[in-house]
Amino acid sequence: MKKSLFLFVSVCLTVYILFALSPSVYAMHIMEGFLPWQWALVWWLLFLPFFFIGLRTMTRLMKQKPEAKLLLALATAFTFVLSALKIPSVTGSSSHPTGTGFGALLFGPFMMTVIGTAVLLFQALLLAHGGLTTLGANAFSMAVVGPFVAYGLFVLCKKCGISLRMSVFLAAMMANLATYVMTSFQLALAFPDVTSGVWGAFLKFASIFAVTQLPLAITEGLLTVVVWNFLHTYSKRELDLLEERGVFFK
Amino acid sequence: MNRLLLFIAALLIVLPLFIVKNTEFAGADTLAEKMIQQISPQYEPWFDVLFEPPGGEVETLLFSVQAALGAGVIGYIIGLYKGRKRNG
Repeated sequence: MKKSLFLFVSVCLTVYILFALSPSVYAMHIMEGFLPWQWALVWWLLFLPFFFIGLRTMTRLMKQKPEAKLLLALATAFTFVLSALKIPSVTGSSSHPTGTGFGALLFGPFMMTVIGTAVLLFQALLLAHGGLTTLGANAFSMAVVGPFVAYGLFVLCKKCGISLRMSVFLAAMMANLATYVMTSFQLALAFPDVTSGVWGAFLKFASIFAVTQLPLAITEGLLTVVVWNFLHTYSKRELDLLEERGVFFK
Repeated sequence: MNRLLLFIAALLIVLPLFIVKNTEFAGADTLAEKMIQQISPQYEPWFDVLFEPPGGEVETLLFSVQAALGAGVIGYIIGLYKGRKRNG
């Protein structure tokens, strides 16, 4: 186990350092006013149903299992911390992790939509990071697509018999990457390339950003496993509570 | 196990500072703005932020507050669970 882990890490680091030669780049939330209003509206409309289902799930869970409140606070805090950290990447620019994978594994993707939106709102209002008009689009990528990818991938990993820790790692990492793939897609739809169209613009946005985000995604995966290890050691009781709902670690 | 993971995470964050030279690690959203202006130069943002932190220092403060709040809560909860487990 130890040996294979070490090998895995070395390979990752090598690939990582190779990427350090890439050109400079972008990735993060879409800034205020930077989506044409038609697109802003489309993403708001797509996002809202997820938000309301999440809100309903959350109130129901809090009523049935008030003991889960602490874990909810933990998931929220985790997203708060991770999305506040602008981390330098090999491409010479900074971006930040999302922290949404963790909560999605604990509570299911819908509740994470609510938590992720709260964090985005905080950043849009106080930090001028992201925006209100683009909140729908940003929430759709970070608080809908991210959590759903994490959750889906985790279920898939378990079906394939991949170890629990590895599944948590992959789920959190891919949630992070998927968020920014979605952001690139949203930008590409709104700003298609003159010659190569939407697909060309998408490749332009995504090909570069994927490299910026990759090390951050790995970092997020690692941190998620660390927190999960703590929970697994010290609060089996709460995890079992959630397990009954069929959400987490059966 | 946890220590190894945290070490790798730290390594991933610190390495770029040494590998990549001649950059200020600008926020990627600023770079996105430039990319959009390059693809469609005629686009004008149609809505402006309601409140913008006056200057980089205040922005840093607010980001720190966000991280500190989150970290405090995480520390509290994990400590609580740990203590509870020890006391049965």
